[in-house]
This record gives sequence, structure tokens and C-alpha cells, in this order.
Amino acid sequence: MGKLPIFLIICSTVYGVKAGTLPSVASAVTECGGAAVSLVIGLSGVMAVWGGLINIANRSGFSALLTKTAKPIICKIFKGLNYDSAALNAITMNITANLLGLGNAATPLGLKAMKLLEEEEGAADRPSKNMTLLAVINACSIQIIPTTVAAVRSGAGSKSPMEILPCVLAVSAISLSVALLAAEVLELGR
Amino acid sequence: MDVSSIAVVGIVLLIFGYGLFKRTDVSDAFCEGAKDGVKTAFELLPTLCYLMLAISMLRASGALEALVRAVSPLTEKIGFPAEVLPLAILRPVSGSGALSLLEDILNRFGADSFVGRTASVLMASTETTFYTVAVYFGAVKAKKPRKALAASLAGDLSAFMLSALAVRLIFG
Repeated sequence: MGKLPIFLIICSTVYGVKAGTLPSVASAVTECGGAAVSLVIGLSGVMAVWGGLINIANRSGFSALLTKTAKPIICKIFKGLNYDSAALNAITMNITANLLGLGNAATPLGLKAMKLLEEEEGAADRPSKNMTLLAVINACSIQIIPTTVAAVRSGAGSKSPMEILPCVLAVSAISLSVALLAAEVLELGR
Repeated sequence: MDVSSIAVVGIVLLIFGYGLFKRTDVSDAFCEGAKDGVKTAFELLPTLCYLMLAISMLRASGALEALVRAVSPLTEKIGFPAEVLPLAILRPVSGSGALSLLEDILNRFGADSFVGRTASVLMASTETTFYTVAVYFGAVKAKKPRKALAASLAGDLSAFMLSALAVRLIFG
């Protein structure tokens, strides 16, 4: 994020002066706060409901079951790690948290996994293949239920906010495959 | 009945069913998680205000439309709606910014329009690539995450091109 908004604000001012739309730009300044508040109100409802459901899954052990099921598959992607290694455990928990859409839980787990990979594979100037793969998986969206987008769609008057689910799953799966394949190809030159 | 409705209701039943089977206090667990969900949403508000300011000003100035007009001949060739291109550019850079822009697009073109659906699929099937890669490599000594960044951006590019195609195939 950083300086991006400042850059956009300067662009709008320059373009606004040039195109004579400065009055609209000025009223946008007043109105945008209200727009942000209504967006958050819409989001908070959906995030509360899914947060509640996911918390049931965490407490009942359903998430742990999912982690256990996912581990043999994840083990095939991250090669050279011991099946019971701390790094592979952290990676699996990170990926399951991502699947469930728990961004807040996934990031600390992922960072821990990166540090554990460094410990188990040795620190070097260049990232190991498993580090690259973990970062790539986290930079792709693997969330199963697109709750945030559904919330925004619902707020914008969609008749069926979740109708995009099949498209999202297909596109996520293909783009993840493309990213992983690209990583494999780039790693060949090592 | 569509697939997504069945999937959503199915997941709700599965989570409650497993919770009851394991004798979890489901109502207490739900309320605790819901509280966290609301908190997370409201913690987003300051950032969203900041980005909404920039994006609202940009749209009001007409610069966004000018950009869309300029690139539309190019994007039309690959069947990608030009109106979604600003979102595709912003998505890997800023998550909250993309969210603000998505809301803007859905309100202007309709959530259930071709443009609205494509924007929704694009948003939901990609991540804040630059931020994620930076954070992950901030945790280790190894720098220069060039391969991770290149591979992730290849994934993003395929998601951009496929989102419009997937919407066409499924919604006709």
C-alpha cells in the first residue's frame, strides 16, 4: 500500500483540474467516508457469521481433521521434508487456515513455517525451493468460500451473492496450478 | 437449485453436525467467533477510509474512465471487460484498495452483470501478491524472492484472463 493512495490523489487532482471535474473530486472527499462505513457494516455481518462457523470447526476438532487429511497431499508438493517435521506441520496448518479463509491465523503460521524451513534446510542468501513454493501458495487465493466478496456482492444488491463459487473455485485451482508450475520451471535452473 | 447454494448450506450443516457429534458448545463457539469476525471487519475501517478517499477522488475526476476507454480496444480482443482492468491492476498491490474498487464496480454496473461477476471472480480468486511475498520473505534471511514473485504473478495473470472466460462459460 504505502504511497499508492497519495499517488492516486495527485493523479485525480491533476486530471480533475485538466478535465474540469474538480467539483466532483471535492464532493468525493466528503462522501467517501460514508461509503467506507457502509462497506464495513456489510462486511461485518458476513464475517461475523463465518467467523462463528469457523470457530465451531476449530473447537470441535474439524479443522484439525482437515489438517490431518491434507498433510499427505501437501507432503507431495514440499519435497525433502521429514513427514513429522515441525516445518511440514506448520505448512499444513497454514494451508488449512487459508482454505478456511482464516487470513489472521494463516499468516503467523506461514511465517513460522518459513523460519522452520530456514532452520531445517539451512539459511542461505537464496530462498530454498520449499520457501518459494510456500510464498507462492500464500500469494494465490485458495480460500474455499469467498465470504468477503460475497458480502460486498450482497451489499451491492446481488440476488445470489454466492453464485460465483463454481467460477472462483475453477479459476483459483487453475491459477494456483499455473503459479506452482511456473515455480517448478523457474527452479529447474538451480 | 445451484451448486453454490448446496455447497454453502452443506458446509453449515457439516460444521454444526460435527460440532454436535463431538459435544462442542456450538452456540458459545459461534458467538466467540462472530465477535472476532466483527472486530476484524471494523479494524479494516481506517484503511478502507484511506483507500476509499483515493479511489473515490480518482473516479470522480474521470481519470479512471479515461484509463478504461484507453485500454478497452486492447482488452476487448481477449474478451476481458475493460471496466474490470483497474481492479486487475490494483489487486496484487493493495487488498483493501481492491475491495473498495470492487464495491464501486458492483454498485455502478450491478453485482449480477457480466462486469460485476467477472470483477467478483477476479477478486475472490487472487491475493495481494506483492504484499504477501514481501511479508513471507521478511521472515527469513534469504532475500531476492524473484522466483516466488514471478511465479505468483504468472498465476495472477492466468486468473485475470480466466475470470471473464469462466463467467461466460457458467453464466452464458
